[in-house]
Amino acid sequence: MTELKRPEQDARRRGRGRRRKRDGEQSMVPEAEFTSYYGRPIVKPAPWEADIPAYMFFGGLAAGSSMLAAGGDLTERPTLRRVGRVASLLSLTVTLVTLIHDLGRPSRFLNMLRTMKLTSPMSVGTWILSAYGPFAGLAAVSELVDMLPEGNRRGVLRLASALGKPAGMVAAVTAPPVAAYTAVLLADTATPSWHEAYRELPFVFVGSAAAAAGGLGLLAVPPEEAGPARRMAVGGAVLEMAAEQQMERSMGITAEPLHQGTAGRLMRASKALTALGAVGALLSGRSRLAGIVSGAALITGSVCTRFGIFHAGQESAKDPRYTVVPQRERLDRGQPIRYED
Amino acid sequence: MAEAHPVGFQWVMEAKKRGAKVIHVDPRFTRTSAMAHTHVPIRVGTDIAFLGGIVNYVLSGELDFREYLLAYTNAATIVSEDYVDAEEFDGLFSGFDPDTRTYDTRSWQYAQQEHTGNSEAGTHQQRETASSMQHETHGAQMPGFPPRDETLQHPNCVYQILKRHFARYTPEMVERICGVSQEAFLEVCHAWTENSGRDRTTALVYSVGWTQHSVGVQYIRTGAILQLLLGNMGRPGGGIMALRGHASIQGSTDIPTLYNLLPGYLPMPHATDHPDLQSWVDKVRQPGAKGFWSNADAFAISLLKSYWGDAATAENDYCFDYIPKLTGDHGTYRTVLDMIDGKVKGYFLLGQNPAVGSAHGRAQRLGMANLDWLVVRDLFEIESASFWKNSPEVETGEIVPEECATEVFLLPAASHVEKEGTFTQTQRMLQWREKALDPRGDCRSELWFFYHLGRLLRERLAGSTEERDRPLLDLAWDYPVHDSGPASGEWAEPSAEAVLMEINGYEVATRRPLSSFNEMKADGSTVGGCWIYTGVFADGVNQAARRKPGSEQSWVAPEWGWAWPANRRILYNRASADPDGKPWSERKAYVWWDEEAGQWTGHDVPDFEKTKPPSYRAPEGAEGVKAIEGVDPFIMQGDGKGALYVPQGLIDGPLPTHYEPVESPFRNALYGQQANPTRKQYSRDDNPLNPSPPSSEEAVAVFPYIFTTSRLTEHHTAGGMSRYLQYLSELQPEMFVEVSPELAAERGLVNGGWCHVVTARSAVEGRVLVTDRLRPLRVEGRVVHQVWLPYHWGTGGMVTGDSTNDLFGITLDPNVLIQESKVGTCDVRPGRRPTGPALREYVEGYVERAQANDGAPVVTADADAVRASQAVADRGEQA
Amino acid sequence: MIGKNSLFGPIDPAVESGYSDPPARKGFFTDTSVCIGCKACEVACKEWNAIPDDGFDFLGMSYDNTGALGASTWRHVAFIEQPAGRRDGGSSAPVDLGMPSIRTSDGDTAAEEDGKPDFRWLMSSDVCKHCTHAACLDVCPTGSLFRTEFGTVVVQDDICNGCGYCVPACPYGVIERRKGPEGAKNVGIAQKCTLCYDRLGAGMTPACAQACPTESIQFGDVDELRRRAEERLEKLHADGVQEARLYGHDPNDGVGGAGAFFLLLDEPEVYGLPPDPVVTTRDLPRMFNRATAAAVTLFAGAVLSFLGRRR
Ligand SMILES: Nc1nc2c(c(=O)[nH]1)N[C@H]1C(S)=C(S)[C@@H](COP(=O)(O)OP(=O)(O)OC[C@H]3O[C@@H](n4cnc5c(=O)[nH]c(N)nc54)[C@H](O)[C@@H]3O)O[C@H]1N2
Ligand SMILES: Nc1nc2c(c(=O)[nH]1)N[C@H]1C(S)=C(S)[C@@H](COP(=O)(O)OP(=O)(O)OC[C@H]3O[C@@H](n4cnc5c(=O)[nH]c(N)nc54)[C@H](O)[C@@H]3O)O[C@H]1N2
Ligand code: SF4
Ligand code: SF4
Ligand code: SF4
Ligand code: SF4
Ligand code: SF4
Ligand SMILES: [Mo]
Repeated sequence: MTELKRPEQDARRRGRGRRRKRDGEQSMVPEAEFTSYYGRPIVKPAPWEADIPAYMFFGGLAAGSSMLAAGGDLTERPTLRRVGRVASLLSLTVTLVTLIHDLGRPSRFLNMLRTMKLTSPMSVGTWILSAYGPFAGLAAVSELVDMLPEGNRRGVLRLASALGKPAGMVAAVTAPPVAAYTAVLLADTATPSWHEAYRELPFVFVGSAAAAAGGLGLLAVPPEEAGPARRMAVGGAVLEMAAEQQMERSMGITAEPLHQGTAGRLMRASKALTALGAVGALLSGRSRLAGIVSGAALITGSVCTRFGIFHAGQESAKDPRYTVVPQRERLDRGQPIRYED
Repeated sequence: MAEAHPVGFQWVMEAKKRGAKVIHVDPRFTRTSAMAHTHVPIRVGTDIAFLGGIVNYVLSGELDFREYLLAYTNAATIVSEDYVDAEEFDGLFSGFDPDTRTYDTRSWQYAQQEHTGNSEAGTHQQRETASSMQHETHGAQMPGFPPRDETLQHPNCVYQILKRHFARYTPEMVERICGVSQEAFLEVCHAWTENSGRDRTTALVYSVGWTQHSVGVQYIRTGAILQLLLGNMGRPGGGIMALRGHASIQGSTDIPTLYNLLPGYLPMPHATDHPDLQSWVDKVRQPGAKGFWSNADAFAISLLKSYWGDAATAENDYCFDYIPKLTGDHGTYRTVLDMIDGKVKGYFLLGQNPAVGSAHGRAQRLGMANLDWLVVRDLFEIESASFWKNSPEVETGEIVPEECATEVFLLPAASHVEKEGTFTQTQRMLQWREKALDPRGDCRSELWFFYHLGRLLRERLAGSTEERDRPLLDLAWDYPVHDSGPASGEWAEPSAEAVLMEINGYEVATRRPLSSFNEMKADGSTVGGCWIYTGVFADGVNQAARRKPGSEQSWVAPEWGWAWPANRRILYNRASADPDGKPWSERKAYVWWDEEAGQWTGHDVPDFEKTKPPSYRAPEGAEGVKAIEGVDPFIMQGDGKGALYVPQGLIDGPLPTHYEPVESPFRNALYGQQANPTRKQYSRDDNPLNPSPPSSEEAVAVFPYIFTTSRLTEHHTAGGMSRYLQYLSELQPEMFVEVSPELAAERGLVNGGWCHVVTARSAVEGRVLVTDRLRPLRVEGRVVHQVWLPYHWGTGGMVTGDSTNDLFGITLDPNVLIQESKVGTCDVRPGRRPTGPALREYVEGYVERAQANDGAPVVTADADAVRASQAVADRGEQA
Repeated sequence: MIGKNSLFGPIDPAVESGYSDPPARKGFFTDTSVCIGCKACEVACKEWNAIPDDGFDFLGMSYDNTGALGASTWRHVAFIEQPAGRRDGGSSAPVDLGMPSIRTSDGDTAAEEDGKPDFRWLMSSDVCKHCTHAACLDVCPTGSLFRTEFGTVVVQDDICNGCGYCVPACPYGVIERRKGPEGAKNVGIAQKCTLCYDRLGAGMTPACAQACPTESIQFGDVDELRRRAEERLEKLHADGVQEARLYGHDPNDGVGGAGAFFLLLDEPEVYGLPPDPVVTTRDLPRMFNRATAAAVTLFAGAVLSFLGRRR
């Protein structure tokens, strides 16, 4: 039988300015004193499961892949184009599956298309996805059609094949918002570690998307066509890591969950893998194997980033300290958030 | 009060908003304490010491309302010279017989009236029949005018006796006994006295924290003494009021479900003492005595007429013989023990769940398991209907479902919203309520059940020539029925309004409803089911159904519902005016004498003969109502005075005395007499008591803690109306035990974990709630831990748990036979209790260690004192 | 649609939402100083709205066994037990619980020097705040959450798609998706107090306010309630209850003022309320700006990747 909390215990907890150690890691901020109601959360964690970080990862991968595909198309790198187009379609499919799994029923997705709401990042995102998806899909379909023997391409198929290029271009232009909006989706909540990250999170996410897509390019495209993928991977990784560093600095106490528990492990893995992948990408040169390894590292790193940030946010919502302390500090500084004309 | 009467408590909050100071005296910190200015934690079971301390504070500081006291109370009355106070006999009053543990009360009487007291045998019978309860509206009966000393100097006047009796109840003593700091105690004293007098009044509101004790009646008595001393009775904003429990529990005392009363507080006749109507009626009205009971014959005969109608005639004593008679103790606890002993065959249980709600749950269930048949009418299948298949005794093997021979008839009852009728609430106010919806399925009202049960029995017996069937066959059993409702035709619901009309009473010849009990006749020409309710149907109008908003009438709101007697809202309100009939103060004006009109008038219906002036003095030899003088507000009392000292009617003494609870870890600090010597005790092996001093210290230490029980807002009593409902069950889903952090540390209890509480009767488990709301007290220089348990759980419903009442044995107050279920001693242990037969072994182990079956002595006063007390009675006998 | 004022600051929410001549804004003033913790409000709410049970768990948190607001608890009464040293949020020194020593009877009932009792039991009935700027409503992608003519915020359970976005958006942790067996009432749907929209429409008082015996829950026009709250605060301050404070009444606060606001006797976090809540969408324009910049960066980066050496 576990002991249930009594307010006193909470008070005792508040009473000490002890440093908290978790996972053998010394946190940067000494534990602040705060009061809560039996240690219960104030805000509620999002009722989301692995679907959502997976969705964010695959959305980013799809977006990056579409851009790589379009670039490959324009610069006549057919493998890069093909890989990009197919990867974006597969990723897109996975995003839809995860989304619908999260919602429970397909009709619930369509439900969102009944209305367009600018204040709802989810609504905006749905429309962004709806704008991007068909074109990315069409581009991928044309790619598949093109793989058919010449004689079989007739009628609609021929049309699809013909539309491949313009569709791919539109997909590439509509792709970046797909990678970026998920950061707003998270940040536009009262979840402390998400909301406090709102300035840098979009950069972390697009960086992560670029790194993942670039990594995929490294992994699946022969070195002779993989140059842009490599550059994208490295650029993405650098952006992600720099933005993440900046983000943590600006988050104050709400950065703590990024270092603790599952989230901490994921974020550490993400950093290591991303750095490794980036260095590998830079050094891999013409080595196919090195490309594959670095690509896989970058992709996994991106997965870890999304899951890490997702978990950190969930943890920050479950511990009242991340809600109370920043707000209490604001008040104690005499700077409550108030509307001023 | 916030816990158990939250809706009523809004008025306390309202008063607080207007500046009233709220003090809460309670063993633990409750929702009420949370709203109070001061919470005074007190050791449970010590309120007489506490209140006695206040009495002493008032008397020694002469803070009483002297004018009121002199005119309206018996302060000046002189008591018999034979009387000896408990102060002198080590806690016993004069006249005690240690064998029967009863008093010969002749020495308690007023001077020159010694003969009106009871012999010790008489008192014994009184206890058996809980006859003090019959005195609810009676008061003492007395002929003539006992001597008075208006200067209050006579050593044997009530005032001086009172002073001597309470002199040792000092603040230091209160601190020692109750564990209340002197400072807190004095705060209460100041508040009470400062808010009493000509311009201000204090109301005393109590409930079952004061009643469920082996000295429960004397608790209330102490409160009443204070209210009289301070002039708070019969005046607006004053009084002493019980916050009653179940809806219409007041109604079920007025028209009683009690074994020793008939409607309107007419005592149930006794088989040997009341062989005929005359002897019974005379017992009530005491020919030659003063007061309003002199008309009891009219009330009694009208009642008999309402039962047996035309069959009741002057020739056959109005069928007086048909009334069942008392032969002794037929109280609920005695009856349960009789069930265990196989003396009771069948039992009706309506709206009660004794398997959970009554003390000594195990005895209750074993008793019911030994019946031939049991009828339970309830809203749910409560524990009292399912005991044979899922009680703790089934677990221990004491009841075997396959062998339990009790045939249980569980009949579905309609709830209060599914039937019409009245509720009588705590202010004696009847409020009519309409049926909101038809009951579902076979659910029916109680009225339906009894009407049709009676109808069927009469049909079965029709044509019988057996004498014993006459009472049933001669009943006036013709009630109009509704043509709509859950059933119709032969099985229709009877009209509750017709029943109310019969209760009100009417003239037989014209069927004209009576407007007042003064219209009742002793010649059989009137019918009336309950004389105090007469007027509720005045002018043929259901007065209880009146709903005039408060904003459209005076602040007394006489046109909302109807209060007995005669729609009077404050009893004895003559006392709200001074002896000359003028209001004590403008602020507190309520009822006064209008000189010009030559009558009493005011905001309420005056509780006095309308035209009897303040100056009226009784002529020599006057009897009955005529003997009540113009300055005698307490008109149901034999002397018209408020009784500070009670010469008649109480079994345990004319003055409240602090006795320890029957189970207590402490020696009585005031007297050698430990606990109430006259308490009703059933000493049997299945009713063991935890030892108390003067038993050996080791034995007492087996149960070192004190526990008390009460209610949660979220649940209702035995749980039949809350544990079966989702919305309430989820709010308090589990049986729990509240302990202080100190006790938790001492016994290794963990918040949210399990613990169990053990007494000589059983062990009961619950989750631990460690809380600062319970505090250890320093009593007699020792620290005492108090534990608190709610008593709402049982084996049925959506949330189940152990029943707290399994912890209690059966010990009763001698006056009204209420059980001591607010205090006991116990042990508390971490973890869950043993289950199955091991539970009994575990408890037996405790019983053995504590030698709980050995029957500790009840009379513990000094032997010389006992002898001397008895000698007083013997002297009386010889005289 | 995303203007400065529509996301932050004092507005009339019904007017802002397009009602041309709405009735006066309705809300609650909950005066916790007179709450007796009877939970009549919780029960009345459940009865009226036919809300399923929220579990039968003993929580060991004083008399609170409901724990928090949620999908199946739209009114929640909090119970806080406080010895004197523990007053006023974090400002007072930590208390010595005194275990296992014994408090003497002297100390027990004696008032503290400052005249305050040595122990408090705070009770407070919490509810959806019906924020002027309601994050839940703002972020709802389906329009299931909507603003009523009374200025309140209500979920339409037949439109809600269960996306759950409103849940983390609420700065007070009020709204929640109902858990339970598939097929049970409104499982998976976001649920919270409707401010008894159905009753308001019929001119009735919300069930919880109607049931409250002490008028701890006062229902009415928000303007009038704000006035009453100020009066009550002044009265309590005059009576020496300095710790009394209002919470959520200020139209300039982070949510533009709550439609349901409170008088508290301690810091909000003691009751499980956020001390300085802000509607997340206040920052939404900036979020979109940053996201746009990030998207442009990504696009530019992609373009850059294809420039340069062909390898
Ligand atoms: N919610 C709810 N309301 C109810 C009921 C219910 O079960 N639930 N029951 C109804 C019924 S039937 C009744 S009779 C009433 C009873 O109403 P109350 O009498 O108010 O009910 P209790 O809670 O049993 O007891 C009141 C207080 O007495 C205290 N107490 C115990 N022993 C002592 C003592 O020796 N001295 C002093 N001073 N205090 C003591 C207890 O700590 C408790 O706080 O409530 C009625 N109302
Ligand atoms: N330890 C301890 N024990 C106590 C007390 C205590 O304070 N401490 N308090 C005592 C007090 S004051 C009381 S009043 C008793 C209460 O004890 P009980 O009276 O035994 O318990 P209740 O649960 O009130 O039982 C009433 C039953 O009536 C049913 N009922 C409701 N309405 C109707 C109706 O219209 N018709 C019929 N036929 N049934 C109906 C309900 O479902 C319920 O089962 O408990 C006493 N026991
Ligand atoms: S249940 Fe009835 S009697 Fe009891 S407090 Fe509520 S309204 Fe009053
Ligand atoms: S309190 Fe939360 S759920 Fe209620 S209106 Fe505000 S944001 Fe929405
Ligand atoms: S769960 Fe329902 S109410 Fe909440 S945001 Fe999604 S659609 Fe709107
Ligand atoms: S306003 Fe209605 S829905 Fe909201 S808490 Fe009160 S009763 Fe429940
Ligand atoms: S009904 Fe009123 S007094 Fe009772 S808990 Fe709710 S707010 Fe408090
Ligand atoms: Mo009761």
